[in-house]
Amino acid sequence: MKEYIIKRLALGVVLVVAVSFLVFSLMYMMPGDPIDIMISDRVSEETKAEMAHKYGYDLPFFTQYFNWVKGVCHLDFGTSARYRQPVWSLLGARIPYSLRLCSLSLLVEMLFALPLGLLCAVKKDSWIDKFCVNVSLVLTAVPAFWFGTLLIVVFAVGLGWLPISGYQTPAHYILPVAAIAFTSVGSTLRITKAEVLEVLHEKYVTTAYAKGLPRKRVLVKHVLRNSLIIVVTLTFMSIPWMITGAVITEKIFAFPGMGNLLLNSIVVQDMPVVQAVLLIIAILTVICNLASDIITAFLDPRIKDTISGGEN
Amino acid sequence: MSKKKEKANKPKKVILNQRFDDTFRQCIHNSNFMIGFFIILSVILIAVFSGVLEPYPYDEQMVGPRLEGPSWEHWFGTDNYGRDELSRVIEGSKLALWVAFLGASVELALGITIGLAMGYFGKWVDRTFSFLTDLTWCIPGTILALAVVTIIGKGLTNTIIAVSLVAWAGYARPVRSKTMSLKNMAFIETGRAFGESSRAIMFKYIFPNVVPSLIVMVSMNLPGTIMSTTTLSYLGLGSQPPSADWGLALSDGMKFISRAPWLSIYPGLALVYTTLGFNLLGEGLRDILDPHMKSQ
Repeated sequence: MKEYIIKRLALGVVLVVAVSFLVFSLMYMMPGDPIDIMISDRVSEETKAEMAHKYGYDLPFFTQYFNWVKGVCHLDFGTSARYRQPVWSLLGARIPYSLRLCSLSLLVEMLFALPLGLLCAVKKDSWIDKFCVNVSLVLTAVPAFWFGTLLIVVFAVGLGWLPISGYQTPAHYILPVAAIAFTSVGSTLRITKAEVLEVLHEKYVTTAYAKGLPRKRVLVKHVLRNSLIIVVTLTFMSIPWMITGAVITEKIFAFPGMGNLLLNSIVVQDMPVVQAVLLIIAILTVICNLASDIITAFLDPRIKDTISGGEN
Repeated sequence: MSKKKEKANKPKKVILNQRFDDTFRQCIHNSNFMIGFFIILSVILIAVFSGVLEPYPYDEQMVGPRLEGPSWEHWFGTDNYGRDELSRVIEGSKLALWVAFLGASVELALGITIGLAMGYFGKWVDRTFSFLTDLTWCIPGTILALAVVTIIGKGLTNTIIAVSLVAWAGYARPVRSKTMSLKNMAFIETGRAFGESSRAIMFKYIFPNVVPSLIVMVSMNLPGTIMSTTTLSYLGLGSQPPSADWGLALSDGMKFISRAPWLSIYPGLALVYTTLGFNLLGEGLRDILDPHMKSQ
């Protein structure tokens, strides 16, 4: 078990390092000179060179990379070319909004997907199962940005109940959260259903029934408990998806989060900001994958067995 | 040698025909497959006959008043240049199918080659590409494609390539595991004994066995490819005006959301219709061709 966790952690660290290199080289490959973004064309070549020297853009690639990594370790992501502000202070102002948006969406998604998935599995082939499965099939075909637009058309423009965009009051969160949660609810529901069905077909469930345990008890003690593992894994695994949905949804609702910052910065090629946001997203994804692996290993004794060679 | 081959082939053909009949029957009885099939067929027909179906030229301005709501003359209304929205939505179907076709081709070419190599050669080839797939999964696909497209430049074709460059891993992994399970089988050994090259073994012996699951994978992955590409077009990095791309149409419509909400509705409906078609087709095909993966 310990060995497994250490192995996974080591892989995670290697991945983070590799991803930081990937992100940095992606930005390095982008066309356009970072200096040109900062200043107007009329500035002389010498001043440009001076600026390049000041920000270290004239150094060789690897030196630039190492300097950047050194900075990142101290939460110094460089200076935004567009806002002329330290990237970290830009991010610091936006992270809370994105965090709030994402966690609310995740909560709503799970509140709908998990009970419904369980219900669909237990009442397989009933009308409610068919209804949920069909709706979720349609929902997986709906892109987050269009669902957000539809919500605006109906609830903000048509009915006028909720604001079109902004972030000031809790009412501003309703539409973006709905847009993100309901476009990702479909796949989570279907996975939950499939996994619960698998648990239902396990031999220990049959055994439990054979022992004469009442159905309710079997469902709660055997099925639900084992399904919790899926819940945990799913929660962590859906976070990267959620981020993608959130990035575009933030743009639609003019929400001052990281996603909006990322998109605006990509358009003007504000590289330090793009690098920082991409790196944060990547690290988050690695952590989520790691967490889901490790927690699953803890919760599921069978996995633990295979890891430690079945000693326990 | 060739005579022997012919002899060996004959009974196989009968079996194949039978298998084809079985599969065909299964297809007809699978509602997901049939609905998906007819949706995609209708999209293809609309794209093919777009010239006849479009009531107005899709890029002609002022065929009606600007930003007019749906009416008998303009079923889907008109946009801010007075262009007929219905014609533009129809024209967009061509682009959506182009995305599906090119995206699937690039993803398949990369995914199959890399997956076969990973499974067949193992060792460092496997480890290197496994690490690469892990790496591409560290950043959500659409966002990574966003970064790639800023490097290789805007435009629909570039966007499709960027999305595919990120998505090949989804094919490589399953192809790899399938190859690994096949590579020690007797017929591969025979091929090797006949002196076939590694490349021939990979593409002539192993690849045909991967095809059924690939068909399923393509139809399952296509909706994602279409969605990512449309998202990038929506963000202004894919198709450029005056293209009739649905993503672009939606982002234009967003500017007039209060005055002309229909501009935000119809292109989206068309997009969902197409994606849903591929989704259903994929579901159906999976149940038919890959019973092990059957969804409950």
